[in-house]
Amino acid sequence: MPEAQSCPVTGAAEPLPEYPLPRAAECPLAPAPAAQQLRAEKPITKVRIWNGGTPWLVTRHADQRALLPDPRVSDDDLDPGFPYVNAHRAEIAPMTPRLITNTDAPEHTRLRRTVNGPFVVKRIAKMRAPIQKIVDDLIDQMLAGPKPADLLKAFALPVPSLVIAQLLGVPYEDHDFFQRSSSLVLDGSAAPEEARRVSGELAAYLDNLLRRKTADPDEDVLSEMAGRVQAGEMAHAEAVSMGVAMLIAGHETTATMISLGTLALFQHPDQLALLRETDDPKLIANAVDEVLRYLSIVQTGVRRVAKDDIEIGDVVIRKGDGIIFDLHAANWDPEVFPEAERLDLTRPARTHQAFGYGPHQCLGQNLARLELQVVYGTLYRRVPTLRPAAAIEDLEFDHTGTTYGVHSLPVTW
Amino acid sequence: MRVELDVPKCVASGQCVMAAPDVFDQRDDDGVAILLQEHPGEELLDDVREAVAVCPAAAIRLVER
Repeated sequence: MPEAQSCPVTGAAEPLPEYPLPRAAECPLAPAPAAQQLRAEKPITKVRIWNGGTPWLVTRHADQRALLPDPRVSDDDLDPGFPYVNAHRAEIAPMTPRLITNTDAPEHTRLRRTVNGPFVVKRIAKMRAPIQKIVDDLIDQMLAGPKPADLLKAFALPVPSLVIAQLLGVPYEDHDFFQRSSSLVLDGSAAPEEARRVSGELAAYLDNLLRRKTADPDEDVLSEMAGRVQAGEMAHAEAVSMGVAMLIAGHETTATMISLGTLALFQHPDQLALLRETDDPKLIANAVDEVLRYLSIVQTGVRRVAKDDIEIGDVVIRKGDGIIFDLHAANWDPEVFPEAERLDLTRPARTHQAFGYGPHQCLGQNLARLELQVVYGTLYRRVPTLRPAAAIEDLEFDHTGTTYGVHSLPVTW
Repeated sequence: MRVELDVPKCVASGQCVMAAPDVFDQRDDDGVAILLQEHPGEELLDDVREAVAVCPAAAIRLVER
């Protein structure tokens, strides 16, 4: 190798950090150390992604709050500057219909209002009792089964799948099929061909169920969408896609918050004890937000593109530049959350950005919060001896998915 | 205090209802926020401040006297 190439050259630009940034093996629940360093030193800076693109990375809480609701910050993934998560996303973008996930106001506002009905706070609140029953029954089943158990398979995956089944209006006799199929699709250890086959079966099942609800409507989300299809507000295929999207968006994310959340609590026994000993709904609700903040499981960053020049701090983001928002770094920003590395269920945590921020903030966040409130408020009280059955060093984490997670969580009691 | 709600900006996330249920409600069909009282009492100041802080669309403004 010619010597000149290995010698530092005065004035040469430092190589840009590659995003996503790696976590430290010894701190599997903390944000990437480099993301924390950038937040302190270069809070808005360029990074390099898989396709050689060099979007901006925004790591401070305040900068994310300023930029994410800014109308110049766009979710248009057909813009050539859009910083795609991976090659697959880049490839499917031109084939994907315009949805709430890839449009801006005013189109986004209109689309979001057509799908938001089921997530209105008062309607979600009515699901507390049915969710409590699902959680109680699954704990009964787990306690009656062998130990150690895998908390992910025995409890964390079935909870959200049964909740979504109930929300959509899947008849009780099909719950078992729905629960097994949707868990298998998300199970990283399943063979890809099998996962694809079962995922096709699920879509076909929802398609058929939507037809049944059109003929014989009930009080559920699929019936409501069937009504919108009949009124000409929505295409049948769109309603099916929306049903599948609700399942995908709400299943793995909530399951991860149950499994990884339990792991985080095992790492903080004093905090776990707080939950074991309380029935105060305010403390439980705050605990849910604090665990959401602490884990911030979306690990690929929120991706956007600038539709105009944007001056922020001492940088100018140019029209056409990609922008990535690292939610975990912002949620550990000491300016907003002092001693952010401490899981503290009593701290004010409500302004965390684990669900994102701006008009695209998670559609299902109120349902997710309710599910987690019921789970965190029930599991540790009913099973006070619940404890890990494997060392954290021996757990396998998923570093590549949209959301971080653990492949299994052996527990005993 | 006076509360201002920018309805066209509202993305119907319902965060204001969670933070300040005495001041905000949502339309049943699409979840768009409804301002129940434009001049809430001082005892609701903390709730309203939280609603302003958690609104993802930055659609709520609090004018304190």
